Amino acid sequence: MPVDYPLLYSFHFYLFGVIAVGSALLFVTRKSPVAAALWLVNVMFCLAALYVMMDAHFIGAIQVLVYTGAIMVVFLFVIMLLNLGHADGPADFRSPSTRMAAAVVGLALAGETLALLAAPMPRLPVVEVPENVVSPVARALFTDYLLAFEITSVLLLVAIIGAVTLAKRGVKA
Amino acid sequence: MMPLPAPALLAGAIDPQLPMHDFWPFTLTTIVKLAIVFSVYMVGVALLTYAERKISAWIQDRHGPMEVGPWGLLQVAADGVKNFMKEETYPAAANKTLFILAPMLAFIPALLTWAVIPFASPLPTPWGLMSMAVADLPVGFLFTLAISSLGVYGIVLAGWASNNKYALLGGLRSSAQMISYEIAMGMSTVAVLLLAGNVNLNTIILQQATMGWNVLLLSVAFLLFFVATYAETNRLPFDLPEAESELIAGYHTEYSAMKFSLFPISEYANMVTASALTSVLFFGGWDIPFTTWDNLPPWTVTKTLLTLGFFAMKVIFFLFTFMWIRWTLPRFRYDQLMSLGWKVMLPVALAYVVVVAGAVLALDMAHVARGTKAFSGALLLLNLACVAGLVVWMDRGRVVSPAASRLRGGELNRLRAVAGRSRLARVGLER
Repeated sequence: MPVDYPLLYSFHFYLFGVIAVGSALLFVTRKSPVAAALWLVNVMFCLAALYVMMDAHFIGAIQVLVYTGAIMVVFLFVIMLLNLGHADGPADFRSPSTRMAAAVVGLALAGETLALLAAPMPRLPVVEVPENVVSPVARALFTDYLLAFEITSVLLLVAIIGAVTLAKRGVKA
Repeated sequence: MMPLPAPALLAGAIDPQLPMHDFWPFTLTTIVKLAIVFSVYMVGVALLTYAERKISAWIQDRHGPMEVGPWGLLQVAADGVKNFMKEETYPAAANKTLFILAPMLAFIPALLTWAVIPFASPLPTPWGLMSMAVADLPVGFLFTLAISSLGVYGIVLAGWASNNKYALLGGLRSSAQMISYEIAMGMSTVAVLLLAGNVNLNTIILQQATMGWNVLLLSVAFLLFFVATYAETNRLPFDLPEAESELIAGYHTEYSAMKFSLFPISEYANMVTASALTSVLFFGGWDIPFTTWDNLPPWTVTKTLLTLGFFAMKVIFFLFTFMWIRWTLPRFRYDQLMSLGWKVMLPVALAYVVVVAGAVLALDMAHVARGTKAFSGALLLLNLACVAGLVVWMDRGRVVSPAASRLRGGELNRLRAVAGRSRLARVGLER
């Protein structure tokens, strides 16, 4: 059963949706890493806007803070430091193996989307937006998903150790 | 289209003390708020450039701008006209799209951050109670952190797109600096959020009205936040991205006319936002000190105006501090900047979070209610101990303990002999 959304809501949903999809296409087709990274920033930003439209303000803010704010800046930093960024025009897709891989992944994704559209959408009960937007997330994070949360921090620790090891190896050589 | 509310409805049915709910009044008042805040902000930023020149002049015993208008007040307008009339230059090797985009990317986040800052107590209107922030978001503080973290894009891209080695160095420095200090800034505010129990800025202000200002309860967090805001706004002693003595003008070396002008404008806009955030998080925001009548309903227009005045005073004080420090301290070296951020501020902020969280947990477990004198007093005592410890540690035995104690005996005697001789020489008594 289709749900009627207010006009303003649908307008913004399609606005951010179209920008996100368009930016994502530009992101995968640019040759210059800086341009590609910036289009990816745009995608992340539109996703944050969509989260906010679902009244998930906290996730929206964290999306901008972590992905657009921190991770992408580090990406840019590395690109600039290695001075990779001066290629121009669209990316190169001529190799047959990349074309094959792209086709397989694309078909799989299209099939998945169609399957999801055909399946009945679960109707979740509407929950009132709480006064304090952080504590429900925190409660879930530190009770139901504690193990996953802690394992993620171990993953980050491994990444840090890896970075330090790589940096040290450069110093000795 | 929905009809506008009829005057009869305005007169009686809606309680001015309850939050606004209807669509049209909310939209229209928000647009009015936007227009007013934007104009005050832009004029304020323009006047800040004047204030900076005057304050720098007074600190250096000069007059500053005096020619255009009375006391040089119209210098701002003259500069604006000059910047609009100047030729826009584009370096031949620049990436033109990003070169044009970069000043905008620096400017927009600087403006956006102001949207969530509450600048006065709520105003009663015939359509209901109006929040005195452009958008009183439930995630207010996280929004400011998120948007201010985007400000670095403008600077980094300006540096990269110019295709100039000095500009690139400036851009690289700014990204490293802003990421490093963003972490310390975020961590230092965790203590504030622990006390408030919420990230909404108005809740943080009300928490300070009941418990006492956070600068007294969480001074260490305030010091860390204060230092980090200077790094985030690229102000001296953290202006390494510009560093005119080594990088010409850093990331904006290649910019001219209004595109150049947008970088200083965004810097000043960031300063205003940083000052406002400092007052909201640590100095009670629009709270009037030593009274409680301003924090309680019924809300009146007088309360709104008075609290607005107090908030403005706090912001102006911090803006003055920004300029005062700029014309007092020299610039850091790059390695000093990095070691301060990662080896001092981040560990201190992390340790402080543990200390404050432990203290709050202990007080909760001892059934000391928040907002009572006992709760605030306990935190105040803990804070005094933390500040004393931090001062002794940061001092590295230079002031608090005598410098002499760090020297070996023989060296000390030699220095005393030198000092004695030069003192004698000064008064002409040396034999």
